Amino acid sequence: MWSWVAHRITGFAIFFFLLVHVLDTSLVRVAPETYNAVIGTYKNPIMGIGEAGLVAAIVFHAFNGLRIVLIDFWAKGVKYQKRMFWIVLALFVVTMAGFLPRHLMHVFGGN
Amino acid sequence: MTTIADPKAPRAPRPGPGRRVTRGNLELASWVFMRVSGVVLVILIFGHLFVNLVAGGGVKAIDFAFVAGKWADLRWRVWDLLMLWLAMVHGTNGLRTIINDYAEKSATRLWLKVLLAASAILVVVLGTLVIFTFDPCPVGAAAGTLPSFCPAP
Repeated sequence: MWSWVAHRITGFAIFFFLLVHVLDTSLVRVAPETYNAVIGTYKNPIMGIGEAGLVAAIVFHAFNGLRIVLIDFWAKGVKYQKRMFWIVLALFVVTMAGFLPRHLMHVFGGN
Repeated sequence: MTTIADPKAPRAPRPGPGRRVTRGNLELASWVFMRVSGVVLVILIFGHLFVNLVAGGGVKAIDFAFVAGKWADLRWRVWDLLMLWLAMVHGTNGLRTIINDYAEKSATRLWLKVLLAASAILVVVLGTLVIFTFDPCPVGAAAGTLPSFCPAP
């Protein structure tokens, strides 16, 4: 139930970011300096934290989506669905533990 | 279509005027597509996030020259094009499901889906055109914004 709610909320959020992200990337076709000015806003600390949240949403949606595929197509998927949910959460923690320090270093680091 | 008596489904189909609860094979195709595209998208998007945010200089290193450097390689264009199409269809179909679940009025559902389809088509067409017509060395660009492989102006 909660995995289903979280899957919806993260999917909804990712979709709206995707719309904005295609629009901002399309500025490469306007002029290099226009693109650089807009993508520059992605580099401030508040956006950096937003990006961490976006990546968290994507990582959860990805691992839980694979869990849904296993529930639907693997014969023992339904039996192990709850155990797989804990695996999803564990993989989420491990992936974010790998990503966050590196990303926060990029965002808050000196250069 | 045959109906199963008292199926104890997680959500009973909402009865009501003009509310179709099944669309036959199209819904099955949509269900299969979400799973197949989802698995492919995990690979495409994790690769995208790793190359753009983790390897190299991270988000601070992304600028026009970075994008031009990637798209100089045809494989990244194919990667990004596939990612654009699959993610947009996957996301649009997901939003369609959410609209069907929460918008109770037929007219509201219709208008939300028209808006959704229009935005999705606009974004997919725009993104596709950008990938196909991208010029890594546009004439008249500001100094220092172009990748190093562009000829000196």
